[in-house]
Amino acid sequence: MSDLSTIFNIGLLQNTLRTATPVVLAALGCLMTDHVGMTNIGVEGMMLIGAFSAVMGSWVCGSWVMGLVFALAIGLLLGLFYGVFVIKFKSDEFIIGVALNTFAAGATTFLLRTLTGQSGTFHAPEGNLSTLPRLSADWLNKIPVLGELLNNNTLLVYVSWIFVFLCWLMIYRMPVGFWLRASGEHPESLRSAGRSPEKMQYLASLLCGMLSALAGAHLALGYLSTFSENMSNSRGYIAFACVIFGRANPPKVFLAALLFGFIDALGMRLQSVGISSALTSIFPYIGTVLMMVLVVWRTERRKKKLAQ
Amino acid sequence: MASETIVSFQHVSMQFPGVLANHDVSLDIRKGEVFALVGENGAGKSTLMNILYGMNTPTSGKVFIKDQEMKSFSPSEAISRGVGMVHQHFMLVPSFTVAQNIVLGREPKKSALYDFRKAKAITENLVEEYGLQVNAMDKVADISVGLQQRVEILKTLHRGADILILDEPTAVLTPQETEELFSVIRRIVQEKQMTIIIITHKLYEVMAISDRVGVMRGGKLVAVENTADVNERILASMMVGRDVLLGQLDRNDPDVTDNEPAIVIDDLHVADTRGLPAVRGLNLTLHRGEILGIAGIEGNGQSELIEAITGMRGYTKGSVTINGKSIAGMNAGQVRALGVAHVPEDRLATGVSPAADVTDNLIVGKEKLPRFSLFKTHLKKRAIRQYAREISEKFDIRGAGIDTTVGSLSGGNMQKVVVAREFSFETPVLVISQPTRGVDIGAMEAIHQLIMDKRNAGCAILLVSADLDELYRLSDRLLTIYEGRITGEFTPETIAKTEISYYMTGGQKEAEA
Repeated sequence: MSDLSTIFNIGLLQNTLRTATPVVLAALGCLMTDHVGMTNIGVEGMMLIGAFSAVMGSWVCGSWVMGLVFALAIGLLLGLFYGVFVIKFKSDEFIIGVALNTFAAGATTFLLRTLTGQSGTFHAPEGNLSTLPRLSADWLNKIPVLGELLNNNTLLVYVSWIFVFLCWLMIYRMPVGFWLRASGEHPESLRSAGRSPEKMQYLASLLCGMLSALAGAHLALGYLSTFSENMSNSRGYIAFACVIFGRANPPKVFLAALLFGFIDALGMRLQSVGISSALTSIFPYIGTVLMMVLVVWRTERRKKKLAQ
Repeated sequence: MASETIVSFQHVSMQFPGVLANHDVSLDIRKGEVFALVGENGAGKSTLMNILYGMNTPTSGKVFIKDQEMKSFSPSEAISRGVGMVHQHFMLVPSFTVAQNIVLGREPKKSALYDFRKAKAITENLVEEYGLQVNAMDKVADISVGLQQRVEILKTLHRGADILILDEPTAVLTPQETEELFSVIRRIVQEKQMTIIIITHKLYEVMAISDRVGVMRGGKLVAVENTADVNERILASMMVGRDVLLGQLDRNDPDVTDNEPAIVIDDLHVADTRGLPAVRGLNLTLHRGEILGIAGIEGNGQSELIEAITGMRGYTKGSVTINGKSIAGMNAGQVRALGVAHVPEDRLATGVSPAADVTDNLIVGKEKLPRFSLFKTHLKKRAIRQYAREISEKFDIRGAGIDTTVGSLSGGNMQKVVVAREFSFETPVLVISQPTRGVDIGAMEAIHQLIMDKRNAGCAILLVSADLDELYRLSDRLLTIYEGRITGEFTPETIAKTEISYYMTGGQKEAEA
């Protein structure tokens, strides 16, 4: 029993939130492009570059605010880059996505070495890196469990929750969301309504770039307080899986990301009771595969239902 | 009728890469008239109308709407001038509701948010004002094609259109839906002083609905007439530049010495995609050397019947025997191996690969013949191209070389690609569905003769068509189908078209084939 309580406790839920947040942000970006009909696997690379930019911004300017500004600006550029290639030049979105991911891995490693002279993991020479602040409200502490869970998280955790709501609001409750979805489902219908589906696609790529970069910023300045090579570690792909699992609906995607976070956190907990990290580190990926199995099962079941 | 000019094309030309789609077209459309624009596929009708709707910018010439020259040629400019267009392929978002589609692009808002209630109210007002019944809250994916067209019309009306372009509006409609559409057109012209431009192939529709008619041929406007002054035969000869309307086909006596039936269907039951029964206890026998026509209103099981016969869909009960062998459990490839070729009803979905070129589309299914490949793996490019050239010449596939993607061909030529590929398998059995849907008269004439030639050569042909004229022209025997059952057997000489439609709508004769 004592073993169980070291695994299943509030810490597990706290870790769930922490690990889920980068995936939530990246998935929000990814679902934007999904709605306009682009299959964007480039979120992985956007995230990694976002993480690097955030760390560099924070290190150079000595402020986490500048870290976020850097990440957002670079994210915007990445979104523009992706958009121009996919929308304007009509390149294959997978190839651009893969190109972006490999470029991200190479460029961040290269720049880390040339700009800082360090390799592997970045250690700020002047001591501590300015990282995202943790927020707390005293009144929340009075509520048991919830207080512990909701307090003392880094800024972007809360921001990500607000974004889940805002994205949902935008996609399902604002005209622009209907244009986004129309441009993915039937672009010509939007064009004949006198609006440009390409503009919607650009909007989605830009939002995707920024949200993915923000996911990276959280990873580097909120979750780990440093940059290390390839630190996105396939979270972009997992975000992509969450989008499919949650059918690109922000609250559902959010739940999918939490589920992933839970599995990831559980894996880390299990390490502490002596289960090999080699085994637990594959948890998130097993979780992803299971999600996909569920997706297939669900569509098959719906097909059968429809047939009856 | 008012004779005030509302739209004026002045010397409009449109040059696409390799194709002069419109050549020096000058045309005035009058306010409050129904103007029909006819012509073969690729004659430039749709291009001309796309210019008016701002989807194409003309290479030269001017367009005036209500005495104002069009400047930017964008749909939003056209919309703001009161032009609306109902495209042949609907511009609707399937997952949105009727109301959401109607207000798309100009959604009502409550502060920054979408005002769903108002969108519904707008739709219901439109429905009431124009008498076009449709439920505002239905999802477009769930409603019939006829209703979707109404949504399209309502959408353009909502955008303030008083000039309405209808691009082949009846191609997807049942006869009854067509009649309803025409009464709507008459009503909005009379009550709302709308101007309607209707693009069509069907000459009897021109006669039925239009005040004036313009004929296009090869990108040029060759005639503009008052509909009352012309008839179908005159229009048809103007369209093709020669007198072709339903000439006589070479039909020899069927070679029925070989009495062995090619297809025998006994008590066949087939379910549709949703699992509902579509074919319910159908019997028929198809002999060599005959064309057996199946007449019916669309959606009475014809599609499922054809898919079952060609192995594209399983059947739940009964038997299908082709050339003496049961096809139970066979896939499409295995059925083809029995000597069946298939011209499917929807050429874009199942007939061709639109993104592939003419050569590839013609060679599919023959690529493993020793003539075209080495050890069934290495394609002999030169032989294949040589063959494609021969075939496209033989079947008169026009408008492009063998390297053009099939998707960019006109409907008629695309259909010829399908026919050319299927007919050159030289199979004894042909299953043909809607062979000339959306095809111009010239191509129709050619395809009909090709089908007849196959029959004269002793092939067994099963022909499904929504076009009664076509069935009458080609068939040796006619079966009527209603709700998945055969309701009567006739020969074209012995039954009038008006009478056969009685059996197509559920009238019963001795149910046998």
